[in-house]
Amino acid sequence: MAIFSVYVVNKAGGLIYQLDHYAPRAESEKTFGFPLELVLRPHDERVLVAFGQRDGVRVGHAVLAINGLEVNGRLTADGRDVLEFLSSPANFPVAIRFGRPRLSSNEKLMLASMFHSLFAIGSQLSPEPGSSGIEMLETDTFKLHCFQTLTGIKFVVLADPRQSGIDSLLRKIYEIYSDFALKNPFYSLEMPIRCELFDQHLKLALEVAEKAGPFGPGL
Amino acid sequence: MTVHSLYLFDRNGICLHYSEWNRKKQAGISKEEEFKLMYGMLFSIRSFVSKMSPLDMKEGFLSFQTSKYKLHYYETPTGLKVVMNTDLGVGNIRDVLHQIYSYIYVEYVVKNPLCNLNEPIQSELFRSKLDTFVRSLPFFSARAG
Repeated sequence: MAIFSVYVVNKAGGLIYQLDHYAPRAESEKTFGFPLELVLRPHDERVLVAFGQRDGVRVGHAVLAINGLEVNGRLTADGRDVLEFLSSPANFPVAIRFGRPRLSSNEKLMLASMFHSLFAIGSQLSPEPGSSGIEMLETDTFKLHCFQTLTGIKFVVLADPRQSGIDSLLRKIYEIYSDFALKNPFYSLEMPIRCELFDQHLKLALEVAEKAGPFGPGL
Repeated sequence: MTVHSLYLFDRNGICLHYSEWNRKKQAGISKEEEFKLMYGMLFSIRSFVSKMSPLDMKEGFLSFQTSKYKLHYYETPTGLKVVMNTDLGVGNIRDVLHQIYSYIYVEYVVKNPLCNLNEPIQSELFRSKLDTFVRSLPFFSARAG
């Protein structure tokens, strides 16, 4: 059971807070001979596996490190192009570490505004009148729970599909937001939340929710 | 419990089939527009979900729910998408969506040489079989409210 991350989206679709609470590590390191048994392709400033799943390396994984040295986007640690480096037999055998690419801050902003519009379309395409937007989105690896307040702020929690007590957690986060972000005189509305107390209480609430599940009735 | 509507999309986003049973609200746009909007939403959800997921996914997006309805999604490796809207009381109906694909779409569309793939399904047999199948589902009851 785990809670993966929390997003707070303002009513314009801007991401004003994001916290990665727990990120499962899915990385694998392997030594390869020439030629590589995988097809690699550049995508969004990263080198991703396009074809050829083996030994824990999956399609969509990014090259994270070569010979123990972290890569820098599409360049190796010493500034050479990763694909060029891997196309030269002289550099083999080579140890490559693969893993799921981490989301950059820009990608998080983009995904938050993407969810904002998905939420609206979900409500527009409803076959029943008076429907809200997406409240829960389920996949085989995680469940996304969303709570929209009357003022239009969305609290989004990504959690394990089996994690319980998320509804009360969302209301608890709203309470923490009201207490520690809105009452902070240095916080301006609709802007990114940079309040230490908000951070602390949110982390605490996530830990409580992971261990105990629900916060009890009424909260 | 009830079934509101069913959409079948091919891998290029063409709406092969649409039918509705207990739908109380229309989207307020033409059907063609609605199919495009629905496909666009599903396409975005797929990309959203694959980026958001902390782990590698097997089946990917399964369903979402709002305060009033639940959308169930099933995609075959060939890209055919079966989308069913039901009320909130319906649990996981992955097997039902798979049956629609394997017992009805494959049987009455793929095995019918007169049915062109990649264009809306005209076959009356397919329509009636699908309608009978959906009406026989345990969670299909047209009770009001």
